[in-house]
Order: sequence, then structure tokens, then C-alpha cells
Amino acid sequence: MSVELDVFVGNTTIMDKEVYQLWLNGYTVNDAVTLRIEGGVMEECEVLLSDTMDQYRTFQMCERLLHHPAKLANQLLFQIPPDRQAMLIERYYAFDDLFVREVLGKKLSKGTKKDLDDVSSKTGVMLKSCRRQFDNFKRVFKVVEELKGPLVENIRQHFLLPDQLARDYAAIVFFANNRFETGKKKLLYLTFQDFAFCAGQLINNWTLGAVDNMMEDMDVDLDKEFLQDLKDLKILITDKDLLDQHKSLVCTALRGKTNVLNEMEANFKNLSRGLVNIAAKLINAKDVRDFFIDLVEKFIEPCRSDKWTSVDVNLYLTHYTNSAHILDTFKHHSVWTRYMGVIKSCILKMYHE
Amino acid sequence: MPGKLKAKIVAGRHLPVMDRASDLTDAFVEVKFGNVTFKTDVYPKSLNPQWNSEWFKFEVDDEDLQDEPLQITVLDHDTYSANDAIGKVYIDIDPLLCSEAATVISGWLPIYDTIHGIRGEINVLVKVDLFNDLNRFRQSSCGVKFFCTTSIPRCYRAVMIHGFVEELVVNEDPEYQWIDRIRTPRASNEARQRLIFLMSGELQRKIGLKVLEMGGNAVVGYLQCFDLEGESGLVVRAIGTACTLEKISTLPATATLPSNSSPSKDIKEPVFGEEGPGVPLSSGPPTPLRAQTFSSFSPSKSYSRQSSSSDTELSLTPKTGMGSGGSAGKEAGPLKALLRQQTQSALEQREYPFFTLTSFPPGFLLHLGGVVSARSVKLLDRIHNPDEPETRDAWWEEIRQEIKSHTKALGCHAVVGYSESTSICEEVCILSASGTAAILSSRFMQDGPLETDHRFEEMVPPGCEFCHIPYDELNIPFPAQLTYCCCCRRYKVPDVLFTTIDLPTEANITGKGCLIQARLCRTKKKAQGEGNAMAISNLLPFLEYELHTQLMNKLKLRGMNALFGLRIQISVGETMLLGLASATGVYLTALPSPGGIQVSGKTPSDITYEQHISNMQKKINDTIAKNKEVYEINPPEVVEEIIGSPIPEPRQRSRLFRSHSESSDEVSEIDLSHGKKDAFVLEIDDTDAVEDIHALLTDSPTPAGFYSCNTEIMPGIQNWTSAIQMFTSVRVFRLNNVNLTNQGLNKVFSDLCENLLKSLYFKLRSLVPCCLCHLNFTVAIPEDELIQVAVTAVAMSFDKELTLENGKQSGDKSLKKENDEQLQFNLELNAEMSSSNLSSPKGLTEVGSHPSAKAPSVDYSSFADRCSSWIEQLRLKAHTIRRGSVKTTSSLEKASPLPEGRSRSLRSNRSYSGSSVAVVRMTPLSFIPGAKIIKYLGIINMFFIRETTSLKEEGGVSGFLHTFIAEVFAMVRAHVAALGGNAVVSYSMKECVFMENPNKNQAQCLINVSGDAVIFVRESEVEAASVHPQSAATQTSNGEGT
Repeated sequence: MSVELDVFVGNTTIMDKEVYQLWLNGYTVNDAVTLRIEGGVMEECEVLLSDTMDQYRTFQMCERLLHHPAKLANQLLFQIPPDRQAMLIERYYAFDDLFVREVLGKKLSKGTKKDLDDVSSKTGVMLKSCRRQFDNFKRVFKVVEELKGPLVENIRQHFLLPDQLARDYAAIVFFANNRFETGKKKLLYLTFQDFAFCAGQLINNWTLGAVDNMMEDMDVDLDKEFLQDLKDLKILITDKDLLDQHKSLVCTALRGKTNVLNEMEANFKNLSRGLVNIAAKLINAKDVRDFFIDLVEKFIEPCRSDKWTSVDVNLYLTHYTNSAHILDTFKHHSVWTRYMGVIKSCILKMYHE
Repeated sequence: MPGKLKAKIVAGRHLPVMDRASDLTDAFVEVKFGNVTFKTDVYPKSLNPQWNSEWFKFEVDDEDLQDEPLQITVLDHDTYSANDAIGKVYIDIDPLLCSEAATVISGWLPIYDTIHGIRGEINVLVKVDLFNDLNRFRQSSCGVKFFCTTSIPRCYRAVMIHGFVEELVVNEDPEYQWIDRIRTPRASNEARQRLIFLMSGELQRKIGLKVLEMGGNAVVGYLQCFDLEGESGLVVRAIGTACTLEKISTLPATATLPSNSSPSKDIKEPVFGEEGPGVPLSSGPPTPLRAQTFSSFSPSKSYSRQSSSSDTELSLTPKTGMGSGGSAGKEAGPLKALLRQQTQSALEQREYPFFTLTSFPPGFLLHLGGVVSARSVKLLDRIHNPDEPETRDAWWEEIRQEIKSHTKALGCHAVVGYSESTSICEEVCILSASGTAAILSSRFMQDGPLETDHRFEEMVPPGCEFCHIPYDELNIPFPAQLTYCCCCRRYKVPDVLFTTIDLPTEANITGKGCLIQARLCRTKKKAQGEGNAMAISNLLPFLEYELHTQLMNKLKLRGMNALFGLRIQISVGETMLLGLASATGVYLTALPSPGGIQVSGKTPSDITYEQHISNMQKKINDTIAKNKEVYEINPPEVVEEIIGSPIPEPRQRSRLFRSHSESSDEVSEIDLSHGKKDAFVLEIDDTDAVEDIHALLTDSPTPAGFYSCNTEIMPGIQNWTSAIQMFTSVRVFRLNNVNLTNQGLNKVFSDLCENLLKSLYFKLRSLVPCCLCHLNFTVAIPEDELIQVAVTAVAMSFDKELTLENGKQSGDKSLKKENDEQLQFNLELNAEMSSSNLSSPKGLTEVGSHPSAKAPSVDYSSFADRCSSWIEQLRLKAHTIRRGSVKTTSSLEKASPLPEGRSRSLRSNRSYSGSSVAVVRMTPLSFIPGAKIIKYLGIINMFFIRETTSLKEEGGVSGFLHTFIAEVFAMVRAHVAALGGNAVVSYSMKECVFMENPNKNQAQCLINVSGDAVIFVRESEVEAASVHPQSAATQTSNGEGT
């Protein structure tokens, strides 16, 4: 004796947030039922099984609509109140920070998708959920790739995502497009949110969109002209006088404000060379990929070994940036500001004491 | 008489990809009516084509207008091979033929394919110009209104209830024609869908003609059914109650101008009736508006005086009486008129004094006798001549005659809550009919007018009159125990009352009601032909007897004494019979308190056995006590006095008159009472009886916060909130174990129903406190060893404490908010739409006096800009501007996948449905809590077939049916929205035939749904609108749910 068929269809589609989350997390119906019983919603397995299967079916039917969230609002098949629609979309596009950390900066290709089972076992995120998240990244990437206009705005419009989530997706798309290296051992201490913040900085300041907002791919690619101009900053380290002058200006300004002044003084040339070299190399796509690893190796690690505090780093970078403007022979003020603004905020975000 | 049908194809969206190479579609549309076909241009390479066609005009007879659907086919153009069909839309244009219903069909309708389901949507505009005066429609029956609602529709008043109308048409089923062997499943399904559309149209037209003959203008309680008789054909039959209805104007000053509707000329008899059950059904205390409604009835007092002067003059009564008259009339006025016009003789003259209505204007229903039912087993044979469906007619005639004679035996002259149904298995067909014997107001008529007044005024307040026995006390047609009415103490009442109608609104009840189900399964030997029919008809009486016993016991167990909405369904399969009786139990204050249930053993010598029995007795007593508490049944203590009953054994109780007949016309009547035994005593003489008692006690109690009923009104609950959730649930159960005993089968079946209920309660837990209304199960045996149970019902939440409302409101509100999170649609759309509809008091009168004018269309467009569709709301919500708002707006337009601006301008007169989806509420009830129905747009009667050859890929049988039901809902909602409505009331799924062949990976399902498309407005808005028409537009509806 068995239930052959069992359906429940409401005029307003009934969706249980809890079951939706279980579905998104990739649990099978049976696992979901077990979890729900443990959660204490109800004891009767049969009732829960029937309910869970119904909900899973509903979600599966909704899934193709969720791929194009705008369709969810004007489709006729399901009558879903607007707040529910928003919830469905938001949760469908939500992702695990652990998971995204693994694929951040990787090419969103079939090859990467094949490796998802490794990612799954590494992060503890179920494979099904990994696939969904990966496909979301890929879908968003594909859509915005072809669109003009600001990246975050496009994502928000097309996928009806809340602001924060749209920004996160912008970061993911940006990282995937520029293939930033994030998986090196030295970078593992950084969270997705650290990277997302940096991506936001880069998008807002270093892309074409930052100057001209109706260009194609404007937010996805870095501003080539700007990268070219960055080469000019080299003078800061190649000109011996300038370097010394810069150093003394910074050290004078820092005197009495920090406990690690000596270390700063000793390291100044090294650090300055590091930052300026990063700038000069950004014109090569290969070096763009190593941007974060370079920041860590050339700046963050030396500071950390000298036990600088975040406050120290902040002070140092502020004066380092400002002092350059006082140098008589240094002419590239706007490029310097544009560069150092991003570098400073990225480093501060990435500097975990 | 001709009319001109005009159709315009505007656009399509979400079309499927038909050309794999380009991932696009070259779509065009064929518009077909009758034999005429028009085509649009091909709109190349788009999934969102903009045809914006010319108006296609069909000049046709109105007979065709009634019969034929408008058929829209969307195709993909292919230069080299045949064009591929994407899907079809059938549009029933009947609502456009009636001046008081819809005027235009306009909106996005799903494109449906019987193999692939919904494949995108198409935006169409359909209008009808009729070239003649409404009054001359008699040749066809355009203009007759149809309602599924089984009470007088909310915005109408019954001028006269004429009585029973029935019709059936038969045809060959295309699925069984020889040609079906060579055509594709799609072609076959479409032929079937189209045929049923045609047959329904024809049936409706023929019924309309009968109504016109009777002098009516509407059919209420219209019930249309299909009998899929397989090889022998396809029968579409319908019954209904012919009425003369008159639109109620909400404003007394303009009440029913003589010129406003054609039916006024047909009125031969005085007004009777009220707003119908509307008053008590709607929640809360009477609003000012309702008071207005009352006063608008008062003029009829003068009317009744006229008619009382001479009964023979009735037909000449001038119409002018309606509009005149003061406002001082008493409620009794129209009722008196009612009494007079409904003479007993008039009823007796009728062939069938049957009424499909289940609730009536106050005062119409005088006494209830009890349930009458008749069944007959027939052998199907091929219908040879579709034009003369005489055999089927004769079968039903037989049954109706039987019902009529039972009614007489109960001392009654009418049957109310009448319905008919069939169950078919192979070539055997069980025809069933049931109703409630009643005496209608004619009895007042025979008394003197003075006494009438006297009795009327004295008796209505107690609300017990309908319980008083209609039959002669000294000549009781069956054994019964009579007592004096517990309310008035003057007339006699039976100890229990079973009826098929809704609880009369004026009834006095104690506590709350609850759903009571009796379930039964009986095995049967496989047999063929005559022998099979014989075996079934031999089983039927036992089935009914046991169902009745179960019902009675369960009723007692709940401490109640009456059943309303009783529906007994018997399904026949090859190896078993299923019986399911559902009803709403209630404690009628007028009836005596039911006694307990006593268990007695047969072998009292054994001590352990006795202990066992006393344990059981204790359990039963506990259950009764607990139920009384749950349902708040604490009637005033009454000293029971049994008055002399002429029957030697006084403790007999059965109202159920039944009989069954076999093809041989043999009619046997069975006394369903329990012989010489006391019905209260359950004798345990074998293990079966023990099982029975266990079964009785294993009905799991409804969880806290839930109530359930199968009627329109939940006895004892009135304070509904506006959160409603309609749902359909279907379960199919496979009995793998072939050698099940009756008892085992019973248990399986009962568990199936109980589990389904449990699931429903669990699913709807967020609505608590709530009541599942209209919880009617439909059982079927689609195949050997399969049991199918389907239910369509509505969950409505209510405020727990009406009296403590002020104090507890805040607490309740916060609780409710959580529920509403799921179900609320805080859309301004509806609020705006509705308030604009009412914003000018003139709006409504215009509708009345110039039927063709769409009154508030101007107001709509003024709201066009403010129309906030879901999609825009969502966008706004996710809107934090990074780089300036101007830029954002422009990119919004660009990013939008739809030409919103354009579609909106096309639909400016209906802005509320905008470019995105308007909310359409659905309910199996005739009302929407907290809302007022302001317009009926016409009947929705849709038939769909869905078939698949890739069952696994579509998620198995459950996935397949889940999608299909969701699609049916979507299509109903879309058609209602296109008619301009925002709800479907009296919705029902009358047919859900599911067949599967998992081995071939195939399944097929047929669904037939019906209901009334309406426009409703929230009551709070009505009040606001009438007080401050200007500010009404800013009102937001704060408690909307679906």
C-alpha cells in the first residue's frame, strides 16, 4: 500500500521559508524531513514527507523563473505575493562565503564546475548547493557581460537583488573577469568580504566606468589609460632624491605619533618600492592577477612582521600619500590620488592584525 | 439575430523557442470562430512578438455566439515545412453577451498546449456588438445570467424563484472514435476540448431558453457535469434554479429604476426575498451601507399590499411599485409577498419542485423534512442518436420522480439543496440524486394574513421554525422521536435533522460546528454486465445503511444533533465500492440534546470482557465530553419529555429516505433505522463491531486553532479576517494487498482521508486560528486498486475573540502579521481599482441604467500612472542609487524585458492589471470575507486536458498533476482578470480524471472547473468611498490575502 500521487496546490503558492532553505542547501527530501523532525515542527513523518515533497516540487517549478527573476513578477503560473517573491530571489541568489572564497577569481567555466565536488568536500557545502551558486555566478556574469552601464546597477535591475547582494555579485563578476589570484596560501586568511570590499574600490575608482559611465564593459575591465599612466609613478622610486625627500617628509610627519617609527623609517624604501612597482606593473594582465598577492607580499607581510597596528598602517599610508603631493618634482598628482586611494583602503581592509 | 464579434491580437510574451538554430520564434496567430479564420502577420524572430493586429470581425448568429468559443491558435511560421502549433486559447464569450456582466475581454491569457502545458501568454482584446434590444433575445438565450453560486448572488435580489431547470446533451467521445487511432494525441485532445466547449455552450443556451420560457432571467446554482461514458459516449448535463433577479442598487434614491433591466417586464409576481444570506454571512456588525440596502427594499411593502388585494391580479402588477414607497417598511413586507406568491398549488403544478439552492432568502424556507435521496444502477449502451438523448433523460426522470415521491412521503412539497451525480466504471453507471425535503413559505399563504403576521413575527426571532416537523405527527412516515421545540416550546421537532443545505442564517445554534465524515469501503466480486449491475445494486443498501450509522454515531460522539450540507458520494470500481459521506455537524438549539452512546457486550458473563467494554464506554464518554468542550456545546438544561409517538418503539431515528433501483425499475425501500434496537447502543457482538468502535474513536481530533466544515457558513464563526487561502489537493492511493477484508479496506480508506486532513492542517498552520470551509472530498476509483481523493476548499482565518476585540486587538494583530506575511498582498492596485469604481456614487447607477456603458472607465485611466505593479515594486525595493537617480531610471527602462509603457497605454482603461499580474482571489464559497461583491462578470466554465509522454521527466505523476493544477489555476485567474474581475467565487473542480501508464511513461488528466467571476471591493473601502469619495483613492487595503 502506498501513496501513488500526492499534490497540494494553493491559489496563493504556499512556501515555507525553512523548507526553502533546506532545498537551497541541497538536502534531499528525506534528509530535509529528518531535519524538520529534529527541528520539532511536527512529529508525524508522513505529513512532513508529503509537505516537503510538495514544497520541493514547487521550488523546482519556480527554479526556471528564478533564473530570470524579472519573469517571476509577471508570470501567471504562481500567485506569489511580492514580499515572498523578493524573499525567494534573495535566498536563491544568496551564497556561502566559504564556497565563493574557493571559486573567487577562477574562470567560470565548465572545468571549474567539474571541480565543484572537491570544493564541496572541502567547504562542507553540498554539491547541489555548490552547483546552484556556481550557476548563479555564471548566469549573472553572462548577463551583465553584454550590458552597458554601471555593474551593480545592472545586476540589481536584472536580478532584482537587494543592494548588498548586488554589490557582492559585482565583486564576483569583477574577480572572475580579471581572474585575480585569491587561492594562494598567503591569501587564505582573507575572507570574501575583504575581497568584495576591494573589488568595490577597484570598480568605483579604477575602471572606465569611474570616469565615463556609458561604455561597454566599463565596470568589468580596468581603465587601460589609467594603468598606462601608473607607469609614470615610477619616478618616486627611481629618482633617488625624490625617494629620500619623500621619506623624510613622511617620517617627520609621523614623529611622535607611533611606536614603530623606527621600523617605518627602516622599511620606507622597501615599502615604497613595493607599492610603486605594483602600480607600474598593472598594465600587464598577468600582474593584475597577482595584485592581491603582491599587496600582501610587498606591504602587508613586512608590516605585520614589524608588528604595526592598523592605526599605524593607516597613519603611514595617509602620510605616505599626502607627502607625495608636497614633492616639488612630482607632477602626477591625480594618478597618484586615484591609485593610492584604492591601495590604502584595500590594504586597510586586508590588514588583519 | 446577428451580432458582431471583434477580436484584436495585441502581443505575445514568454513564447517558447521554436527554432533551435536561432533560439527564437517566428510567431503568428490564427483567430477562429465557427468556420471563419483570420490570421495575423508573422512577427519574425522574437519571443515577445508585437502583432498589434487590426480588429478581426466575425458576423455571426447569437446562437453561435452562445455555443462556440473563440479559438486563438499561436503558431510558429516555417517556410519549408508545416507550421508548428505553439498552443491555443479558448475564450468563452458568453460573459460578453449579457449586459450586466463584462463588456470586454482584455488581458494576458496563457497559451495552452495539451502536451506541453502553458507556453507563454498572449494579449488579446475581444468585444461583442449585439445588433438588437436585449428584450428580443428570446430566439436564443443571450442575456440569461448564469451563476454557480447556490444562493441568491450578492448584488442581486430575487424577484422570483421559478424553479428547476435541467438539460443534457450527448455526443460521441472523440477519444473513442475510429479516427483517434490515426491522429496524434494532441489532435485528439484538442478535438475533445473543443467538443466539450461546444456542448457546454449548447447546454447553457438550451437551459437559457427554458429559463426564458419560464419568465426568468437567470440561473442560480448552475451545476454542469460531464459523464465520460467511454465507448458509449459523452454526456454533458446541467441542472439549476431559474430565477428572476434584479440588481440591487446600493443607493436608495436610485433604487431599481423601471427601465434599468429587461427582466422587469417579466415580473408577474411581487417581490420576495432579500439580499439573501448576505447579511449574516458577512462579518461584523451591520455597516451603514447594509442599512441602506435594507431600506431600499422597503418600497416593496406597498407592493405586497397590492398583491394581497387580489391574487389573480399578480401578473398585472405594475412595475412602478418598485421605485416608489417610503422608507418605513418593515422587513416583513417582502416576506409577506413572498408567502403569497409561492402557493402550494403552484409548486405542485411544477414537474419537479426542486431547487439547487442551498441557502435562501430569510423566510423562504419554512420547514425541513430531512434528506431524500435516490440511486439507480444502469448499464450503459451506445448512444445511437446524439440528437435524441432519450434514454439518459428517462433515467434521470425516473430518479427525480422517486425523489418527488419521497418528498411527499415526508409531508413536504419541495426539495432544496438538490444535486445529481454519477459514478461510472466500465459499462456500469450509478446515478444518484439527493436533496432535502422542505416546505417553502407557501404554508403561510394558506393561513389567514393576520395569523401569518402573528406567527411570522413571533417565530422568526427564535430561529427554530425550520426545525419544526413538516409532516403530520400522527402519521409519521418513519419512526421518530418527537419533542417540543426547545426554543419556542410550541411545535414539535425531531431529535436529529439531516439536510443537504447550508445552515439557515437565522438558525439558533449552540457552540460551533464541525466536519463529520463517514467513510466506507466494500469489496465486490469482479463481474460483467447485468450481473455486475445486480451485484452493485445489492450492495448499495448496505453501504448506505452503514454510512448512515457511522454518521449518526459520529454526530453523537460530538454531542451534536443536526447535519447540514450532507453529501453522500458512492463510487464504483471493478472490485470495490467506496462510500464517503461528508456533512457539517451542529447543535441546533431547537432540537433536543443528543444522548450518549452506550456500549453493550453480548456475553456479559466474562469479567475481563466486561472490563474491556467499560473501558471503551469510558473512552466514548470522555470523547463526548471533550468534544462538547472543543465545540463549546453547553446548551441550557432542558427537561426532556418524550411525547407520545405512535410508534411502539420510540427510540428510532432516521431521516434518510433512500432507495435504489436497478435497470429493471425495481424500487425497494429500506428502513434505515436500526430495527428494534436503540441507536445509542452499540452492541459488540463480534470483532467487526469492535473495529467499528475503534474506527469511531480513531478520528484524530482537529488540531487546536482549526475548525472545519463542508458548508458555506461555519456554524458559530463569523468574525472572519480577510486572509483566505484556496487550495486543491489530490491524493491517489494504491492498494497493493489484494486480499483485503472489508474492515481492512475501511481502515485504509479512513486513514487516507484522515492523513489528508492532517496534511491540510499542517500546511495551513500559519493561518491559525482558521477554519477550512467547503471541505468536500471527491472520491473516485480510477483503476483497480487505486483510490483517488480530491478536495478543493478554502482556509479562512478569523479573529478569535470578537467580544474582546478592543482589548486584544494589538496582540492579535501582531500574531496575524506573521500569518499575513505569507498571504497578504499589500497591493495598492486593488484598492485603487475598487475605490475608483465606487468613488462616484453615480458609477453604480450608471451601470444600472445604461447597461452598455462601462461606468468608471475615466477614473481608471487617472490611476494609470500610479498603478504600481509587482515588478516595479520589487525594483524600487532593491533601489539604492549609486550613481544618480536619473541615470538609473533610464537604465531601468532599458533593462526591462517588456515594453511596459506600451502595454500599459494599450490597457489604460484597465490600468490596475497593468503590465504585470493582478491578484485574483479564488474561493469555493459564494462570498469573500470582509468584502462586498459589486459585480458578477459571468460564469467561468473551463475544461482542460493535459497529456504527457515523458512522465518521469516532468517529475512523475505528482509533478505532472501539480503542474497541471497550477496551470488550471493560472488560466482561471487570467481569464477572470481579462474579464476585469479580481476574484472567482463558488469555484469548484468538478472533474479531475487522472489516468497513468507509468510503463509507457505516459499520463493523462482531464480537469473541469467552474465558478463565478466577480469584482469585489473591501468593505472598509466601500464605507470610506461613500463617505469621502475624494480620499478613497488614497486608501490602501491593509488586510488582503488570497
